[in-house]
Order: sequence, then structure tokens, then C-alpha cells
Amino acid sequence: MVLQTRRGFLKLGAILGPTFAALQPSVLFGQLQDAARTLGHGVSAYGARSRFETVVRLLRDSRHSEASSSQTPLQDLHGTITPSALHFERHHAGVPNIDPSTHRLLIHGLVERPLEFSLDDLKRLPTVSRIYSLECSGNSRTLWGEAGATTAQSTHGMTSCSEWVGIPLSLLLQEVGVRPEATWLVAEGADASRLNRSLPLTKALDNTLVAFGQNGEALRPAQGYPLRLFVPGWEGNISVKWLRRIELVDQPYMTREETSKYTDLLPDGNARQFTFVMEAKSVITHPSGGQQLSSLGSHQIEGIAWSGRGRVDRVEVSTNGGEDWHRAELQTPILPLAHTRFRFNWTWDGRETVLQSRCIDETGYTQPTRDALIAARGLQSGYHNNAIQSWKVAADGTVENVYV
Amino acid sequence: MSSRHDWTVLTTLLLTVLLVYVVAPQQAASQTFNVGQPVTPAAVKDWGVNISPSGDGLPAGGATAIEGRRIYQQRCARCHGINGTEGPDSVLVGGQGSLASEVASKTVGSYWPLATTLWDYINRAMPFDQPGVLAADEVYGSVAYVLYLNGIIDESERMDAMTVPKLQMPNRNGFVPDPRPDVD
Repeated sequence: MVLQTRRGFLKLGAILGPTFAALQPSVLFGQLQDAARTLGHGVSAYGARSRFETVVRLLRDSRHSEASSSQTPLQDLHGTITPSALHFERHHAGVPNIDPSTHRLLIHGLVERPLEFSLDDLKRLPTVSRIYSLECSGNSRTLWGEAGATTAQSTHGMTSCSEWVGIPLSLLLQEVGVRPEATWLVAEGADASRLNRSLPLTKALDNTLVAFGQNGEALRPAQGYPLRLFVPGWEGNISVKWLRRIELVDQPYMTREETSKYTDLLPDGNARQFTFVMEAKSVITHPSGGQQLSSLGSHQIEGIAWSGRGRVDRVEVSTNGGEDWHRAELQTPILPLAHTRFRFNWTWDGRETVLQSRCIDETGYTQPTRDALIAARGLQSGYHNNAIQSWKVAADGTVENVYV
Repeated sequence: MSSRHDWTVLTTLLLTVLLVYVVAPQQAASQTFNVGQPVTPAAVKDWGVNISPSGDGLPAGGATAIEGRRIYQQRCARCHGINGTEGPDSVLVGGQGSLASEVASKTVGSYWPLATTLWDYINRAMPFDQPGVLAADEVYGSVAYVLYLNGIIDESERMDAMTVPKLQMPNRNGFVPDPRPDVD
């Protein structure tokens, strides 16, 4: 029906019912008219979002905000790129305030020539840009515990995706000349914990970056300004922020962050160590915990999927608690080691049900159920929880996390 | 035929020698972009150290738990408790034998595989709000005191560059490699 006249519109209102009819045309169009009759603000040096947009990171309750985390509002984002201001955070001793003009990267140890690089030095080298996601290995950690009234942000918000710009680490290692006995390196940050991690030389030479750019501008301080390591597909902690030093060595150095932390305790009392890869994972972001379906009928199930081993091959969605699975549509381009958005058109009949998604990556690996993970690892391994996420849609349209 | 064959062998041999002994080392040794400033070994030391499991990087000096008690009480007890068990921050003491239970307690004594890690971490990151304030002897002293509280060493055992790497921590053999994918 074409709405040509005010009278025609009111007729439509009568057909659609009292709620819709109550919306007078003056209300519908009034704001547009006001805005169109008032001069807007002029150009600005650095843009800000609309004051109507209020989506923010969720801050973990912690005794020390300097050794805490914040989570990305996955359920409120569009597409696959996380705005830098909403990228998740995990700091161990606060965000340092670093002057890039005095910052240096030292590469030394088992090398022919120890070298010190300024930011200007690095920018003289051929840069690459790559779209990669980054996931904290503690993401979804709470899902080893009780289910409850949680959101996609609180269960899965420690993954984010950006365009990273920097220098392949392999190129810098070529400049210093790696000696044959070197098999690992130790990367160190310039924060107040001088966080250090051991990285196998093979990964350093493969696709590891020394990054200074994120989503078109310099790294945010919370993401390592002015320089960070970026180790694609691996647990976030090893992508050392505020990178100041790389020492080439002949063994892993067993730092605090790879022994007492970021190791996965098993029921037999042993712990897995150097569990680097973040395995294939997905989460439905709509409908998801805390949201409400307002009507029966057609709804877009949407979410993101990723794998630390490469590309997402496909995502399957279940609308009946895992009994039947349907192939979701993937938004192209599907990039390796990055978020991929999926969609599935679903007609809700108003009955209570459970929505799930599972990611299958290009290696053929399928995202496991929570029960399968617990059977293999028990309940105290903490990190690397990539279980299928279940959202229960109640008859009243409310959505919450459940275990099935 | 025979002489042609010989030539082929000889050429291959020469090429191999050229590749292995001449080209390869030069590639490994040559800078492509000549970017970055050379740093002397003495200057590298100023950047700080990573401590290896065999103790590389550990400085001179040392201390016993008796000597370390004072520094622990001044610098560490506020966050970790006078006995290392009370918190409010990370529990450092106890939990030995608990890792295979449903209430595993991961402390320095029960979980950390190496004492070198403890030295490295205290030296670089502690105290939380004043990292870098401890002298080498004070780091050795706090390492000794935390190990003493865990019953791993005696009060009078001196921790230094020789003894720290040799300490047998209770969970030294408690770590296994990553077997994933383990579920599919």
C-alpha cells in the first residue's frame, strides 16, 4: 500500500490496530522536521559517535582495575570489525603512557647483530595489513561454571577483530640475523609488569607481526601503543602489548604467564602447557542473552564465528537444542584467523526452544559441545573454552544462557 | 656419454657447494634494509633480563629466608598475607597435593614448576604498585621466604644464581604438551 495522504495513513493505522494508530504523523516526522530546520554542527577534528549510541565495554569487577579486563559488546556490533574503542582489554599492570618518540624495540640474544629500532626505523620497512581477530584464552571462562542471566558480551566478549598494520617479524629477524641455535624468543612489554612470553621461532617466522596500526590509525594505548606483537590465531596473552624487547633463545623460558597462568589444569592434576591455538568457535549474538523477541514470525539469527587454525568452512545453526542443524549463510569475504559473520532466517512459532551454533573450520574440526569438553578436560582447566553456546528462548521471548 | 655425466656431477657438486657454503650463510648474515641501530652487549644489559630455566640472567648476590622475612613483611604481606595464604591477592603458599582434587589450589608451592620463574616475575613485576624497587638481594630474599613458607627450603638455605635454578619444585613434572585437537 502506498501512503499518499494523511488520510490514507490514518486508515492504515486503523487496520494495524490501536498501538500503531496512536503514532500521529506529527510524532513520526516531527523530529526529522526539527532537525532539518536547525543548523547542524560543523566539521570536527576528531569524530565522535551520536549521543544516541551508548554501547560500551563491560568492565570485570576486580580489586585492581589495572589488572583486569573489559569485554566487547558483541551483541550490539555490526559486521566483523570491532571499533578500536570497543576492543576487549586484558591488562596485567595498567596501560602505560608511552611517548613513541622515545620508544625502542631491542632484538638481541642469539643473533648476529643486536639491533634497536625506533618507530621511524620500523616504518621505513615494507608494511603489511591483515584483518585478524584476537581472543583471550580466558574468554568464556565463566561458562565452566553455572549458567545464568548473561549476555553474549559477558560470555564471549573477549574476542575482537581489527585490521592490524605492521612489519612481519620475520623481516626484523632477518635484519638481526638469527643464529642457528635459536629456537624460541622471549617477547617483553613496557608495562609495569614487563609482561614476558616465550614464542616458538617457527611461529615468529610464519605470520607474526610487529604492529603499530589498528583500524586505520595508531594502536590504542589499551592495545599496546605504540607497538605490539601480534600472533594470529593464538591466545591473546602471547600478543605482547607495548613491545620493547625480543630475546632470541634456545628454549622456552617458562615465564609466569606460561606456567602459573594460561596453563590448563586437568582432572589428574597435570596441566597442559603452551596451549597456544584458539580453536574454532562461534556464538549467536542475536537473539542472545538479555535480549527479547517482541513478536512471532521471521527473525534473523546472527552471530560470529572464527578459528585459530584458519578459515571458517561453515557454520551450522540449531533452533531445537541440537537435534537438527542447518547451514547458515556466511558473509564474504571469509578471511582466515578473523571473525566471520553468519546469518540464518528463522521463523519463531512462540514456543520455548534453544538456539545454538557450531563452527566447522577448514581443517574439518567441529566446535564441540560443552559436555564433550568437560569429559576431556574436567571443570578446572579454565582457559580455551570453545564449547557450543546455548541460548534458551522462553515463550515470553526472553533469552538466557542454558546448558543442554 | 661418460664425460658428459662427469660434467653434470661436477656442476651439481659445485652448485651445491656454492649454495651451502657461500650463498646461504650470506643470506642469513646480511641485512636487507640496513635499518635499526647496532647495540653493544654492555648496552643490552641495561634493558633488563629474562631468566632462563638454567639460570641465565640471574645476577650476583643472594639471601636466605631469614634475611628475606623483613622484605616480605614490608613489601609483599600487604597483598599476599603475612603467611602467604590470606590474600587478598594471589595465594602464594599451600595447596600441595590439591591439584588432582575438585578444589585445586594453584600456588607457588603447589603449581609453579621452577624457582627461576619466581625470581623473574618478582624482579620484573613486584610489588604490584612499585615494580623495580627491589634490589637483587631483596628479590633473592623474597624468593627464599616464599619458598620457605611453602616448606620447600630451610630458613637458612641461601638462594643465589647457583641454587635457584637447581631447586626441585614440587610440581616440576606437572606440565604436559598440548594434545589438541582433543575433542571433535
